[in-house]
Amino acid sequence: MESTLRNMILTLFAITFVGSCAVGAIYLLTKEPIETAKKEKVSNAIGMVVPEFTNDPSEDTIVEEQDGGQLIVYTAKNGEDVVGYAIETYTNNGFSGDIKLMVGFLPDGTIHNIQVLEQNETPGLGSKMADPGNKLIVSFEGKKPSELNMRVAKEGGDIDALTASTISSKAYVEAVQRAYDKFLTIVK
Amino acid sequence: MEYILIIIGAIFVNNVVLAQFLGICPFLGVSNKVSTAIGMGAAVIFVLTIASIAAYMLQYYILVPLGIEFMQTIVFILVIAALVQMVEIIIKKISPSLYQALGVFLPLITTNCAVLGVAILLIQKRLILLESITYAVATAAGFMLALVLFAGIRERLELEDVPNELKGVPIALVTAGILAMAFMGFSGLV
Amino acid sequence: MKNIEIFTRGIIRQNPVFVLLLGMCPTLGTTTSAINGMGMGVATMFVLTMSNIAISLIKNLVPGKVRIPAYIVVIASFVTVLQLVMEAYVPELYNTLGVFIPLIVVNCIILGRAEAFASKNNVMSSTMDGLGIGIGFTLSLTVLGAVREILGTYSIFGFKFADTDGILIFVLAPGAFIALAYLLALFNKFKAKLK
Repeated sequence: MESTLRNMILTLFAITFVGSCAVGAIYLLTKEPIETAKKEKVSNAIGMVVPEFTNDPSEDTIVEEQDGGQLIVYTAKNGEDVVGYAIETYTNNGFSGDIKLMVGFLPDGTIHNIQVLEQNETPGLGSKMADPGNKLIVSFEGKKPSELNMRVAKEGGDIDALTASTISSKAYVEAVQRAYDKFLTIVK
Repeated sequence: MEYILIIIGAIFVNNVVLAQFLGICPFLGVSNKVSTAIGMGAAVIFVLTIASIAAYMLQYYILVPLGIEFMQTIVFILVIAALVQMVEIIIKKISPSLYQALGVFLPLITTNCAVLGVAILLIQKRLILLESITYAVATAAGFMLALVLFAGIRERLELEDVPNELKGVPIALVTAGILAMAFMGFSGLV
Repeated sequence: MKNIEIFTRGIIRQNPVFVLLLGMCPTLGTTTSAINGMGMGVATMFVLTMSNIAISLIKNLVPGKVRIPAYIVVIASFVTVLQLVMEAYVPELYNTLGVFIPLIVVNCIILGRAEAFASKNNVMSSTMDGLGIGIGFTLSLTVLGAVREILGTYSIFGFKFADTDGILIFVLAPGAFIALAYLLALFNKFKAKLK
């Protein structure tokens, strides 16, 4: 087709218009599945890290913005009794970017379990933090952070780091510490 | 202090080419001579700085208020492409000598995925404007550093006797791999 | 040229990675495992095929001078559609591939095929071209991902076959360059033998 100014503007406008409409339509279609997928991930993680509960923890939350990240406390109750707190925590100091964890505390401060929500660590190395039964989880499970030296073994602490992933492990510990600090402010 | 961390992190630890794999095409394509590598590097610093400001403005003053963050990819690529064209025209008009130095590299930059990549990353990292600019300049400096080092090595490689199958791109990739290994040594810095 | 021939040449003879050396950023950046490489390949194939189809349909309506911006809009639209769909249905993979999904827009293979093929051929041939090149790209990324996964973590498609850690360097950045270099050299040798 001829390249007159009118033609050029009209075609570009038409293509952009059709493109945007199509993208907008898909956005509306996928909006719900995207939200469900995100919610499901969070509620699955909560279910894994605290003992059995009867309420909906995603209804009972405390949110706090902290230098560029978000801490969310989900309270799990069985009837009226609090059975645990699932705390969504983060760190910006991973080997490749942010790491998000869900840390489950019993009311007395014992770590019940930890789930990785988001990580982009090196596959086969730092990414092992998401595997069940890895060294990091084993170091924390069933223990109280107040009774642990919250540093990796290499620096004289009580936490076994993942093989060849000291940076990822330190970031993980930092995120757990952040969650514990938050936990202390709620239960005291 | 935070800015120093951003700078060291972007240049050495998470080098855009050697650790994040952005901008590989120009890295392999325009790295035969140190002088062209410097020209390309300078052009990338220039464009990335402007693009990062544009990306920041677009995201926080247009996309977020309108609630259409999902249009990010389309908007960013169009604006970056238009921006590169504009920069080319403006430089040609106001400073022919600068155009002589950078002009040939500008059209190549639109397809340099480092530019769009950095624009998206600085939004993802939730940096504020000044941090974004720092990050963009440091990333581009990291690109230039990798490119110039690489070109220096390749100039010498020309004179070596390389096995037939490895000639050209394969040996360049091996070199890049060794360079990436050297850069891994920085990973404890930040 | 017959459509079947257009389809097959993208896989070996004009393989985008090993012969044309295009799309190097995702090739190196996402192939930490076979499955990640394959995911990236399929995502790229989707955008490539769809944009080839769309562009061959509108080729006569677009004035020559604004051809490239028009193609970029088409490609960017498909990439955004892909982003949304992946975020909704395969959020894990979407997270792993990260910034490389939006960066499909600037993958030179896609704009290259739009300009060199889809803008001159009919819908059927363009579809075949997109699928062929797309499969070639997916295969290359899967092979590179598999090699890095096998050497780096002693596992394949997530199944571990030895109880040790593997040659870690291959899953890290330097290993990407080196593994690709030697695969290219092997490919060159193989090609030289055929001639």
